[in-house]
Amino acid sequence: MTIADTTTVAPASANLPMAKALNAGLRQAMLDDPKVLMMGEDIGPLGGVFRVTEGLHAEFGEKRVLDTPLAESGIIGTAIGLAMRGFRPVCEIQFDGFVFPGFDQITSQLARMRNRHEGGVSMPVVVRIPYGGHIGSIEHHQESPEAYFAHTPGLRVVSPSNPHDAYWMMREAIASNDPVIFFEPKSRYWPKGEVDFTAPGTPLHASRVVRTGTSVTVVGHGAMVSVLLQAAELAAAEGISLEVIDLRSISPIDYGPILESVHKTGHLVVAQEAAGFVSVGSEIAATVTERAFYSLEAPVLRVSGFDTPFPPAAVETHFLPSPDRVLEAVDRSLAY
Amino acid sequence: MPVTSNDAPVRTLTSPTVQLLSTDGAFAPSDSAAEFLPYFERLTEADYRKFYRDMVVVRKFDTEAANLQRQGQLALWVPSHGQEAAQVGSAYATRAQDHIFPSYREHVVGMIRGLDMVDILRMLRGVTLGGWTPEEHGNFHLYTLVLASQTLHATGYAMGMQLDGATGTGNPETDQAVIVYYGDGASSQGDANEALVFAASYQTPQVFFMQNNHWAISVPVSRQSRTPLYLRAGGFGMPGIQVDGNDVLASYAVTAKAMDDARAGHGPSLIEALTYRVGAHTTADDPTKYRDPDELAYWVARDPIVRFRTYLQGLGVEQEFLDSVDEEAADHAADVRRRALEITSPDRSVIFDNVYAEPHPLVVEQKAWLDGYETSFDGSES
Repeated sequence: MTIADTTTVAPASANLPMAKALNAGLRQAMLDDPKVLMMGEDIGPLGGVFRVTEGLHAEFGEKRVLDTPLAESGIIGTAIGLAMRGFRPVCEIQFDGFVFPGFDQITSQLARMRNRHEGGVSMPVVVRIPYGGHIGSIEHHQESPEAYFAHTPGLRVVSPSNPHDAYWMMREAIASNDPVIFFEPKSRYWPKGEVDFTAPGTPLHASRVVRTGTSVTVVGHGAMVSVLLQAAELAAAEGISLEVIDLRSISPIDYGPILESVHKTGHLVVAQEAAGFVSVGSEIAATVTERAFYSLEAPVLRVSGFDTPFPPAAVETHFLPSPDRVLEAVDRSLAY
Repeated sequence: MPVTSNDAPVRTLTSPTVQLLSTDGAFAPSDSAAEFLPYFERLTEADYRKFYRDMVVVRKFDTEAANLQRQGQLALWVPSHGQEAAQVGSAYATRAQDHIFPSYREHVVGMIRGLDMVDILRMLRGVTLGGWTPEEHGNFHLYTLVLASQTLHATGYAMGMQLDGATGTGNPETDQAVIVYYGDGASSQGDANEALVFAASYQTPQVFFMQNNHWAISVPVSRQSRTPLYLRAGGFGMPGIQVDGNDVLASYAVTAKAMDDARAGHGPSLIEALTYRVGAHTTADDPTKYRDPDELAYWVARDPIVRFRTYLQGLGVEQEFLDSVDEEAADHAADVRRRALEITSPDRSVIFDNVYAEPHPLVVEQKAWLDGYETSFDGSES
């Protein structure tokens, strides 16, 4: 899993929103390797509904940026055939809730193709999925379906929380010879952040401490990381020191920093927008309990979306974990 | 040719069933066969003998494999009895550079492309999820058990041929195309329809070869479609044609034209081959519970091998040849049987190998754990 060592096309660094950082990562990957293709609905002249592929059609042409028919299974299924042929397709699913028509091709075909071929075929396919709430949208446009994919052997699942990671994680995902489901937290598409184009990022599947602390470890991914950082600010004002860990990779999960932190704090709260039942948070709670039982001073607590459909946007703030909901769990953990 | 050339001229081709041999084995081309006669005329008597030989060999193999399943040597068997002409004719219409995406009943297509039939049995014996390397076996891709999934893989692969400039150059020796096999049941799947949409949109070099064997396990084709299936092609914007799939010469000629057109850059087409699943869906099935014996008798009377043998005898092919083919088929089946019984189980490491291209910590840890667990019992026997 190495990224081609080429001259970067961007300046050494820039203050960019995540959508543009992703765009820069896609562009660099296309410059590095002529086998990299973009496929999806409305990704051509329009540049995608979130403009993440903006300008790529004009620069690379219709043979490398394919506006596809409106059929998600068709997009993934043909990407598999293209990967068999030696291409590296990057598929855009327009919204989280629209991935399910392609679910069979992802879980029964894409994820298993290498295994079925006893290693004779690689599936370097990236499936980009804008996901999550906080944008006040309609049904099927605010979902967090990452656990379905993390549950599927053969897939890698990642989600960046900031523009710098988004740029580097996208380049690494495209360079991977395994299929990568790339969850883009769409509420974080627009806030800007510094992207250093010269410094290779944290490895794709590494988690990272983004704020050190001593009282309670809090873990999350994607848009939840900014919620955790806000919670840490509020907690600090009350004298509670939160250590915030950005999960970054959901499959595999890098437990090193999490366990190290739990050994220090003795308390763990896992936050996610997805429903809590059979979730990424459940998995982390189970594994940390298995591996750090004697360090824990309280049960691992989950802060999740409720086990309901994502509600009408008018009440989404009641549904989505907020800094206060995180702090409520922090207080419960410390009360043990 | 740009991959998104949707300005390609609309071609339509709908005609009554193409037939070259009457059901009693006489050379009697239907009116609709006229445009395919030049393709038929490419064939020599040596080709006829190969066609006949392969149909007989796979029929015998099929019987032997079913026996192996009954004797507990295979988990399952998927018979192709009755569909030999559709498969042999279409397979011989491919060229070395073409790619074949089968469903899971196209045993003789694999054989013609160089596959050892024991490799198919390995999957059905439960020692592998795949069984062979497509590139080393005539570009015959792996069987796909989720119906119609492979139609999209085939279309994507054909799109890749276009992007590589490996097709449509006008050189039939090197231009590539894809043929994908599926059936009347799979025609109802969303993927089959999405594949037709993508193929038409990108004008892929591709033939959709649909064997209508009239039954999707226990459900008749009338439940899948109220219209002859080849007519659906027109709705997708590509030619569709219906062929007598129990006529090996017609199956060859129709597919040869479609593949030539695909290689030449004229886009995709759909062939509906009318045939019949004489046997059960699989060895787990019991067609006597849902099929009319008269219907079975009707199709058995139209057996593709009997028909072609009658034709060959009419041409003066000697009985000696026909007998030698029977002998070869028996020898092949016996050899397959012997080697099938020698198939050994893989090491438990296949559970973990090749799940990922690059190490995944969970898989690495679990493999090591299982090794430790299993070997912990090694000393207990002493």
